[in-house]
Amino acid sequence: MSDVYIAGTDMIRFGRFPERTVPDLAAESALLALDDAGLTIKDMQALYCGNLGQASGMVGQRMLAEIGQTGIPVTNVANACATGATAFRDAWMAIKAGVYDIVLAVGVEQMGKGLLGGGAGGPSTEGLIGSGTMPAMFSHVGMEHARKYGTTFDQFARVSVKNHWHSTMNPKSMYRKETPLQEVMAAEMIAWPNTKLMCSVNVDGSAAAVLVSEAKMKQLGLQDRAVKVRASVMSSNPFQERQLAMPDFSAATRLAAKSAYEQAGVGPGDINLIELHDCFATAEIVHYENLGICADGDAGALINSGDTQLGGRIPVNVSGGLLSKGHPLGATGIANIYEVATHLRGKAGQRQVEGARFGLTHVVGGGPGMGTACAIHILEKV
Amino acid sequence: MSDDVKDIPTLVPFLKHENDKPYLAGSKCGACGHVYVGDRSICAKCSARGKMQSVRLAETGKVYVYTIVHRSFPGVETPFVDVIVDLDDGAHLKGTLRNVKPDPDAIPFGLPVKIVYYEVKPVNKPDTLHLTYAFEPA
Repeated sequence: MSDVYIAGTDMIRFGRFPERTVPDLAAESALLALDDAGLTIKDMQALYCGNLGQASGMVGQRMLAEIGQTGIPVTNVANACATGATAFRDAWMAIKAGVYDIVLAVGVEQMGKGLLGGGAGGPSTEGLIGSGTMPAMFSHVGMEHARKYGTTFDQFARVSVKNHWHSTMNPKSMYRKETPLQEVMAAEMIAWPNTKLMCSVNVDGSAAAVLVSEAKMKQLGLQDRAVKVRASVMSSNPFQERQLAMPDFSAATRLAAKSAYEQAGVGPGDINLIELHDCFATAEIVHYENLGICADGDAGALINSGDTQLGGRIPVNVSGGLLSKGHPLGATGIANIYEVATHLRGKAGQRQVEGARFGLTHVVGGGPGMGTACAIHILEKV
Repeated sequence: MSDDVKDIPTLVPFLKHENDKPYLAGSKCGACGHVYVGDRSICAKCSARGKMQSVRLAETGKVYVYTIVHRSFPGVETPFVDVIVDLDDGAHLKGTLRNVKPDPDAIPFGLPVKIVYYEVKPVNKPDTLHLTYAFEPA
């Protein structure tokens, strides 16, 4: 099986574009990624397109109608917050299997403002049987960590301080404003212990990547810009004791992380930067342990140490993360891959993680009564 | 609660009533012993088929974790306390905890709680009484 490389990748600056269409947003990042590789849509043998909000709307075909209908096979993908990463992984698998040697993966989302979650018809249980909102769900995740290890409100809040600071160095981030600790902690409480500044931002966005086989990369002479995909792994939620009451994101992440490190033949200590799923500040804390960058129970101390900020031992979410860059559900998985690839190419500007050789991306999503989708990729500088 | 609960719809399918008395329906796996909220036929934990027995869930338990919800959907009164409870029979149930101050200092992990049943008009069905449950400190 051939190794798979990213030959081109890009994203649009995340923001709010209510006047545009989903295929139009997708087309913009697709063209940027093709330009980055010095290729055109005519060079692509297949398209994998991730989108959640219009999952039955054939977004991939509609995007091709905007940039060139070459008749290539299109696979439209929906998989909660792992949607974009799932499209990327399907593209990776197609090349691994030898079916194609050059394909395009796109993730796109157009979102409204406001709370996500809630029921699917019938009488509303909101407030009567707890809450179906995403902030409440991820606050439970943080409170479980607090129960086990004594993690404090200010430790969770420090995640937001860090990621908002990182975003000041990322021109593609939705927000680019520092938020001191007092400001994060004093912001409107959404669901204890997550304040408004500790919740990810609902934005519109898209990101894309061109994937190629090793032979194709050499044939096209793209070695100077290629990034190697060392691991591409997914998982769903293995059975967890409290899963019906409390969706679990940790077990699926641990399962995928273990497989990803095995596939890549590296360990957490070899990774130079991580873009992980900080949909809420509480989530980043638990994923430090789930991804093995510290021991169980040490995540509170890790955020306090500064080791996960730019310049630290293992910078996490130097893009600004979902908390500040924004979280367009279907685009997030490929936007994370763009971020890590940009560092491995040494092109991340002010926020560059110096000397980065290995980077890891992680997305995990789901909801009450649904399940969990997790994807992890490990990328290597060529 | 009104005298005749059998004519009142329940807010969730696993809340049932028999002889006008409400109860929470559950299932226990005869193979691995896991207790689920609601009816089911196959065990998600051990995959056993045809081993599931219908049970009535325990009405007491302890708070595993909680959050205090300050921002919810339009029309929903806030703040309220959303708890995950480990029931005394091993099942795990989400619910709203009433009769406590919505303050982290007032809600210890492991707080003993009991289930109470009451009638309510859901925010999106303001004309129809529904039977539901909540937790209160035991």
